[in-house]
Amino acid sequence: MAQTKRRSVLKLAGGTAAVSLGGMAGILATGRTPAYAQQRTVHWLKWVDFVPATDQLFRKEMMPEAEKALGVKMNLETVNGNDLQPRVTAGIQSGAGPDLIMAFNNQTYLYANSVVDMTELAEEVGKREGGLFPYARSICSDGKMFMSMPWAVIGGMIAYRKSWLDEVGATTFPDTWDSYREVGKKLKAKGRPFGQTLGHTFGDAPGFTYPYMWSWGGKEVEADGKTVVINSKETVESVKFMQGLWKDAMDEGGLAWDDTNNNRAFLSQTISATLNGASIYIETLRKPEQYQTDKGEPMNKDILHAALPKGPAGQFGFHLLQSNMLMKYSKNQDAAKEFLKWLHTEANYRKFFESQKGFATPCTVKWESDKLWDVDPVMTPYKVAARLGKAPGYAGPPNAKAAEGLSKYIITDMYAKAVQGMPAEESVKWAEGELKKIYVA
Amino acid sequence: MAVTAVSGVEIRRPVPRLRRLEDERWLALALLVPTAVLLGLFIAYPFFEGVMLSLSSARVGIPGEFVGLKNFVKIWNDSIFRTAVWNTFWYTGVTTVFKLALGLWLAMLLNRHFKGKALIRAFILLPFIIPTVLSTFAWKWMFDPTFSVINWSLFHLGIITTRINWLGDPDLAMTSIIIVNIWRGVPFFAISLLAGLQTISPELNEAAAIDGARPWNRFWYVTWPLLLPVTMVVMLFSVIQTFADFQLVYVMTGGGPANATQLFATYAYQIGIGTGLLSEGAAVSLAMFPFLFIIVVVQLLYIRRVETR
Repeated sequence: MAQTKRRSVLKLAGGTAAVSLGGMAGILATGRTPAYAQQRTVHWLKWVDFVPATDQLFRKEMMPEAEKALGVKMNLETVNGNDLQPRVTAGIQSGAGPDLIMAFNNQTYLYANSVVDMTELAEEVGKREGGLFPYARSICSDGKMFMSMPWAVIGGMIAYRKSWLDEVGATTFPDTWDSYREVGKKLKAKGRPFGQTLGHTFGDAPGFTYPYMWSWGGKEVEADGKTVVINSKETVESVKFMQGLWKDAMDEGGLAWDDTNNNRAFLSQTISATLNGASIYIETLRKPEQYQTDKGEPMNKDILHAALPKGPAGQFGFHLLQSNMLMKYSKNQDAAKEFLKWLHTEANYRKFFESQKGFATPCTVKWESDKLWDVDPVMTPYKVAARLGKAPGYAGPPNAKAAEGLSKYIITDMYAKAVQGMPAEESVKWAEGELKKIYVA
Repeated sequence: MAVTAVSGVEIRRPVPRLRRLEDERWLALALLVPTAVLLGLFIAYPFFEGVMLSLSSARVGIPGEFVGLKNFVKIWNDSIFRTAVWNTFWYTGVTTVFKLALGLWLAMLLNRHFKGKALIRAFILLPFIIPTVLSTFAWKWMFDPTFSVINWSLFHLGIITTRINWLGDPDLAMTSIIIVNIWRGVPFFAISLLAGLQTISPELNEAAAIDGARPWNRFWYVTWPLLLPVTMVVMLFSVIQTFADFQLVYVMTGGGPANATQLFATYAYQIGIGTGLLSEGAAVSLAMFPFLFIIVVVQLLYIRRVETR
């Protein structure tokens, strides 16, 4: 009887498998992946939206629609805004990860070498929609290429309690820093201070301190992007004023706040005004029974929005700009581009825009006159966020050096140190030293 | 021609494949290989890569080139880095002293016989078992500037009239993270020292008691010397972990206010990930190494001295 050897059994089994199922041997023999693995997948990583309805819209409606329209498989992943950067770094360094990743502000400059040029789509959308605002252009394009596709601006405006300001005689929100301090002083005396973070947090802290500094005439660098000019009379004045402002008008717990603390403090009626996205107001609209005023009325009827006050050098804003980067390591670049193109068609972008109810301001001119802004007058101030925004690093370009200054919280810490007791001149000098290490080195 | 004759008749014994391993030296080597490979792959290789990274000008997505010690010079002149170094030493020193004192106290209590001993011992471990991020979030709420339950309690007990700015004041912020670290670390000390206490024969204490030694003397002259080797090892682990702590500070303060709670690891993260300067981030975290190395060597030498006494 012929002996059956182990090796021959294996050979036979392998052959059968290869013939009948394709199997690994079959794949290796033909050099082609099986059909089911050939479907293109686009993995999009974005922040968890502060407007939950938008993420629901994406998941339940728009992603299935995109799959149908483009014949791709969509994988939408949402993470906390603070966790986007570690994912970008991990993706770039390992050469694998999401195809599209949302970037905040000028983070785009940090990853310029690792992204695909989006000029074609950005210019196409800009042209179709009446032009791209310079703010979005300066952050997404370094002049040579679009490092990312501009998505939206999350406007930062002051949300305030109308009735409380009325009570201290302010019928409109103060429009200069002097009157802001005066009104805040009266409110703080009544146990309802203004609230602002000076902590290490990505949104509200620089969103307040940068435009505050600019409005006094202070700036990090000259337009050449090299000459550090922060140690100026104007900056020192701004820091001195902040020291008094903090004592007189602000909630002193703000030194430790992150981006969510001021929302909670406002909603629990411990502060009368704070710089924020529209999320506070939208939350009160969503839960009118839960959020009521001390007089038992829905809080949403008592909230209005205003821009940051003017300083001696003018009125400024620094709003969170979001864009989507197509990563160079992506193996599905064409599919990802098609998806972005599809997402930015007017009909599809409108779905997103309307779900935000004004929380996000689009980066192109056309949307500024959209009827959505007339629906709720409380949201109207946000419509100019994309037009008026300035980028960190101003008056220089918002490049990687500016991003470094931002991520080290140098401007925010300059004010934080001063309100903690450091003399104004000394804290400005400290900031100058730190900025010089970045810009001059 | 005697030589050739001998070589011609050399006896060839069959060499079994595993004969070599009968030699203890080869066996030891073979047994060490898996560990060595694991250590090499997951410790030595990343460490080497880290060193190379810190000597380069790499940024995210840009491999960079060799720049020697430039990154180290840069961070040495960085005031935030110096703050982080000081903070890390202070944080590690204070927490270790408290963790040791409280842990030892707890271990002595748990070493007694009482009802529900097993249950209490299990509960003691809770702070250590709960994922750090989760428990730290709870603490963050307790220290919240607006909603702090600690402030609320102190206020209603009439102890304070204005709220305490736990995480907003630089000194209090450091105190807060130290409190949380101690809370989290005490169980580790307590359980490890308890295990050490249980190896000490009760007869020694009894003999000392018969000789008239008071409880404090019994502890100081009998228990403590016998417990010292375990204590030193526990402290060694704790110092290493605390020195490189990240998640606790990241969640509580993000290194703020104005870098008052910035540690080595949080600053390395801020530079490496937040700013994309991978090489500088690597330099910041590697700067930890010499400090830690000296601490560890001193402790290990001390342990050896204690053990051979």
